Amino acid sequence: MKNVTKDSFQADVLNSDKPVLVDFWAEWCGPCRMVGPILEQIDGETDKIEIVKVNVDENPELAQQFQITSIPNMKVFKGGEVVKDIIGAKPKAALEADLADFL
Amino acid sequence: MHDVIIIGSGPAGYTAAIYAARANLSPVLFASSVESGGDLMTTTDVENYPGFPTGIQGPELMFNMQQQAERFGTEVRLEDVTSLELDGDVKKVWVGEELFETKTLIFATGSAYRKLGVEGEERLSGRGISWCATCDGFFFKGKNLVVVGGGDSAMEEAMFLTTFADKVTIVHRSETFRASPVMLDRARANEKIEFITNSAVSRVIGEEAVTSLELTDTVTGATSEIEIDGLFIAIGSDPRTHLIHDKLTLNDDGTIVVDGRSSKTNIEGVFAAGDVVDGTYRQAVTAAASGMVAALDAQHHLEDHA
Ligand SMILES: Cc1cc2nc3c(=O)[nH]c(=O)nc-3n(C[C@H](O)[C@H](O)[C@H](O)COP(=O)(O)OP(=O)(O)OC[C@H]3O[C@@H](n4cnc5c(N)ncnc54)[C@H](O)[C@@H]3O)c2cc1C
Repeated sequence: MKNVTKDSFQADVLNSDKPVLVDFWAEWCGPCRMVGPILEQIDGETDKIEIVKVNVDENPELAQQFQITSIPNMKVFKGGEVVKDIIGAKPKAALEADLADFL
Repeated sequence: MHDVIIIGSGPAGYTAAIYAARANLSPVLFASSVESGGDLMTTTDVENYPGFPTGIQGPELMFNMQQQAERFGTEVRLEDVTSLELDGDVKKVWVGEELFETKTLIFATGSAYRKLGVEGEERLSGRGISWCATCDGFFFKGKNLVVVGGGDSAMEEAMFLTTFADKVTIVHRSETFRASPVMLDRARANEKIEFITNSAVSRVIGEEAVTSLELTDTVTGATSEIEIDGLFIAIGSDPRTHLIHDKLTLNDDGTIVVDGRSSKTNIEGVFAAGDVVDGTYRQAVTAAASGMVAALDAQHHLEDHA
């Protein structure tokens, strides 16, 4: 999964042709460590959606811009807009159900 | 057919697994897909678990326990058990559509945070409402926060949050606190912390994110509103028994009834350990100890029914 920063966010996420799921996470976040591998798996199984991650410690500006107050927070961007917002770690099946429109 | 299946991945589940694995029972442990490691995954320093003179980080302690269980042959599955059938000698454990059968079952699912049960809570959770200061405090730098609760955990959350927030108000429904005098004094001495007593949160208000709270005076019934940026709920937790509440006998406080100092539930071959049986102590070391008890009880059950 690609690491997106505040400098590459425009190009990698907002200007992307495909829908992009951005996983906002941090090293110190236990539940994030659980979701990471699940997203990794989903990423390997589909080409329809791009899955990337943003480290909120290194990119506080992005966390603030998107009003993140709890992680993991997974936002799907399409045409530069947030079209889906998932907060909190979930089992794979539940995540896939949430993302059904994009898989 | 398995000899031992363990549900739960806190200190109770992993300790049960270490003992059962060392007894060559090849336990299978269901750890949950996203909460594996249990409650200690959400904390930082654990300073009262023996053997770590300078303390240890909660997640690190839990990874260690997992590794120790795996080293002796435990199969750890990052999956959620969805239903159970406990009648008869063969216990059925369902993970979605998949069925696992076992001769003994150790139930160590821990506890889940209590909710306020007020309007706005569900909708705004994760949008300014949190149950975990160490997880989400980071996002509230320079903000104005409320912590609800009157126990040690509320005091601890509030003090932790002052490292980020400008102001933390502890809202508590009565005038007396369950928190220990030491913790209460520490919170009172902190100049960023204020108290509102005899008040209950009756509504959480906000469109996209929390903007204010409606408080109800528990004496007069009068309501008022205060503006805030975030709400941390620390009003305790309940034993996680939704899988078995209609099958196993429970105590009034929601914990599972076990026979004396053992881990035996009212169903033969089903054992329970950790916070899910403990309404009193609820610490990592007591959970670990009761996991050991469950493993030995399961082992004896298998020997008696061989
Ligand atoms: C913020 C915080 C700080 C704490 N600090 C300390 C401390 O410093 N020292 C101390 O001794 N104690 C501390 N405690 C208390 C300690 O964490 C608990 O007493 C202990 O974790 C209880 O262990 P347990 O094994 O019973 O359950 P838990 O640790 O709650 O683990 C149970 C786990 O089982 C899994 N599970 C549940 N249901 C299912 C299912 N259906 N399928 C699969 N898996 C499932 C989940 O992963 C669940 O989290 C703290 C607790 C909190 C919340």
